[in-house]
Amino acid sequence: MNVLEMYEKEHMKRDIPETPIGANVKVHYRIIEGEKERIQIFEGVVIVRKRAALRSTITVRKVSSGIGIERVFPLHSPRLEKIEVTRLGKVRKSKLYYLRALKGRKARIKEKDQF
Amino acid sequence: MSNTILGKKLGMTQIFDQIGNAIPVTLIQAGPCTVLQVKSTEKDGYNAIQLGFDDKKEKRTNKPDKGHLAKSGSNPKRYIRETRVTDPGLYEPGQVITAGTFKTGDFIDVTGTSKGKGFAGVMKRHGFSGFKATHGTHESKRGGGSLGPSADPARVFKGKKMPGQMGNETVTVQNLTVVDVREAQNLIAVKGPVPGAKNGLLIISFAKKKPIPDRPIQTEKPEAVESQEQDDTPVTVADTQPVEPVEENTQVEDKAQEETEEKSKSE
Repeated sequence: MNVLEMYEKEHMKRDIPETPIGANVKVHYRIIEGEKERIQIFEGVVIVRKRAALRSTITVRKVSSGIGIERVFPLHSPRLEKIEVTRLGKVRKSKLYYLRALKGRKARIKEKDQF
Repeated sequence: MSNTILGKKLGMTQIFDQIGNAIPVTLIQAGPCTVLQVKSTEKDGYNAIQLGFDDKKEKRTNKPDKGHLAKSGSNPKRYIRETRVTDPGLYEPGQVITAGTFKTGDFIDVTGTSKGKGFAGVMKRHGFSGFKATHGTHESKRGGGSLGPSADPARVFKGKKMPGQMGNETVTVQNLTVVDVREAQNLIAVKGPVPGAKNGLLIISFAKKKPIPDRPIQTEKPEAVESQEQDDTPVTVADTQPVEPVEENTQVEDKAQEETEEKSKSE
């Protein structure tokens, strides 16, 4: 392991939850507005997972009043409080970019059967 | 104090500050640099110290270099560079200058050799717009256009931007902030990018356009280096032991504790 990897490892969180592609998640993210601090919950589908040690992110997509919104969350950011996985999706790709072109019923993801 | 140290670019990553902002950082292995020679006005006409950085094999060292290194008792070094100092009396050959020269929050200038791009055209080298891809453009899509007026100057003005070698030149980035210093690992993290590729030689100095911090020189005598290395081993063993309260410690223990903390952080 080289120095750079060791340095990244030091700054990494240890309790990052698994967020499979296609899963429905609730991301609790701390918002700082001036002096005030509050937690915002962003609920949507995980469409991208970038695995890059300390720089790992997930992209969560939701459709809010007809407009698709995607947000990128750095997984090791201290602002990220927690991630709840509410539903696992049955998907065959690792990047769900195709969802961007789909609307309504077609943009649904089947639930993954749990064994 | 020495305001310059030699280093090596290790690569870039990001770290988060307390409120969660991601800061892009470049990790640099800064030092340890051995003082190989001290030059003074009386003897050499100017004040400077010669620094050696990065060990190399002895069989790769030629005889003249071996003779030069023997004067300071140093092992063979890959890079040897000189830096001007105000008071050469503070230095002696064999001293080791470490990354501890810099502290978090300092401003530094970093000099390196930029990545070579070869013979580049004006679009890449100077950001010219080129020509339209369609609508009748022929022969010249990435050209630079006219070189200037015709009969009146009857020449091309000096400094006209033209194609040529791009990169592989000395570049200095000024006023970078030091975000993190690991003295034990000779590691510093600076905010933002620095010139050159990974493993490239960097010359790191205090920012020319900011006041230089007034601190004593951070050096270790040649003997102290060995004891330092011996110290390092028990520190790793002591990792698991609880850290004692600070007020009970003497200064020496303080330092050891700092190292312990750093080590335990790095685990």
